[in-house]
Amino acid sequence: MRAFAAIIRRDLLLALRRKSDLAMTLFFFVMVASLFPLAIGPEPAQLRTIAPGVLWVAALLASMLSLPRLFEADYLDGTLEQLALSPQPLALIALAKIVAHWLSSCVPLVALAPLLALQYGLEARAVWVLCISLALGTPLLSLLGAIGAALTLGVRGGGVLVALLLMPLYVPVLIFGAGAVDADSAGLGASANLSLIGAMFAASLFLAPLGTASALRIGLE
Amino acid sequence: MLSLINWFRYASPQTFYPLAGRMIPWFAGAAAGFAAAGLYIGFFVAPTDAQQGQVYRVIFIHVAASWLSMFIYLVMAGWAAIGLSLNTRLSFMMARALAPTGAMFAFLSLWTGALWGKPTWGAWWVWDARLTSELILLFLFLGVMALQAAIDDPRRGDRAGALLAIVGAINVPIIYFSVIWWNTLHQGASVSIARAPSMAKTMLAGMLLMSLACWMYSIAMSLARARCIMLEREKHTAWVADLAGSER
Repeated sequence: MRAFAAIIRRDLLLALRRKSDLAMTLFFFVMVASLFPLAIGPEPAQLRTIAPGVLWVAALLASMLSLPRLFEADYLDGTLEQLALSPQPLALIALAKIVAHWLSSCVPLVALAPLLALQYGLEARAVWVLCISLALGTPLLSLLGAIGAALTLGVRGGGVLVALLLMPLYVPVLIFGAGAVDADSAGLGASANLSLIGAMFAASLFLAPLGTASALRIGLE
Repeated sequence: MLSLINWFRYASPQTFYPLAGRMIPWFAGAAAGFAAAGLYIGFFVAPTDAQQGQVYRVIFIHVAASWLSMFIYLVMAGWAAIGLSLNTRLSFMMARALAPTGAMFAFLSLWTGALWGKPTWGAWWVWDARLTSELILLFLFLGVMALQAAIDDPRRGDRAGALLAIVGAINVPIIYFSVIWWNTLHQGASVSIARAPSMAKTMLAGMLLMSLACWMYSIAMSLARARCIMLEREKHTAWVADLAGSER
């Protein structure tokens, strides 16, 4: 458990020391979200209907953009090998790194989302639902993303490849995440969608670290 | 224990290569036979559909391709799981050999579905649950193939692709149950084991024959591809040298 906390602290510290990386993810999120009104037109009603989907896609892409940071640096300087050799289970170490990645890359996105939602003229209630769905869904993106990041460790064309591998796996999260806001504004209530995301989150919280650990072992062989 | 040993006899490329070579003509022949019978029934025996007219005849290939694409994914993930747990070389080769056939069927299913959808629904493509999940299945196949191709070390490529295939296997049940989960444009399943099929007997026969044909084709193709992979991987071994020497 102490190793778990130590790795989270170390990764967060490393992330904070490289503030430009964090800022890049955030700026990417803001810019992608701001491009859509420019492309589609400024009609408020139309923007309001596409807002949940656009913000979800932007958040998904931004979190995917930050995935190479999860293991790449540690892999290159050999830290990852030492971590794999340590007596602590590799799955636990992977989970710690995933938690650190979520805290450093995804929490800022969730915090920034209401601001962008206001740009799109979403109502207060919809903004709330969007934030809850993002807060529940982004850990899932980090968990699934870790498997992709571990599989493409040191592989040529890693960045594009990781996107290709993860897009299909991200689809259910995206459908239910963006669907939560739509369902709520349609009067159906968001609880069904949020429960499904919660269920996927619970399942992948258990499975994804194990998958990430075996993917890392394959990569380190 | 004896039966176990017999099973593992063919887990080595050296013994499996000639066995696969002997099996391919049988499966290819069966594929051709079933396809001929299925196409004959599909085009000449099966009646014209009361509502859809002649257009419905695309199901004879469409349904078979969809079934096979999902089934091949499961088989591929199964070989991948066997390979990762037992560490057998041949399992990874089979998983790798199945992926292109599966991707081809997924694409064929989407393509024929679009050809059927235009006259029937009035659109080449709708964002319906089953269409979307079939598209995602195609992406999964492509992802596995891309990952295998991007890693130069064949052993690592095999294992990484296998892990991805297993992770993606979660998607296959979602495809199947999506009809129930999202209730949309695509008609519900017409064939089920629980109740009598809601279509004419001859249509069903044609469809099943075509499915068998596709099945046999997949086996023949993947065995042929596995043979190529075996030769490529084992080119430094004595048995490949012997084989090359005897054929020269």
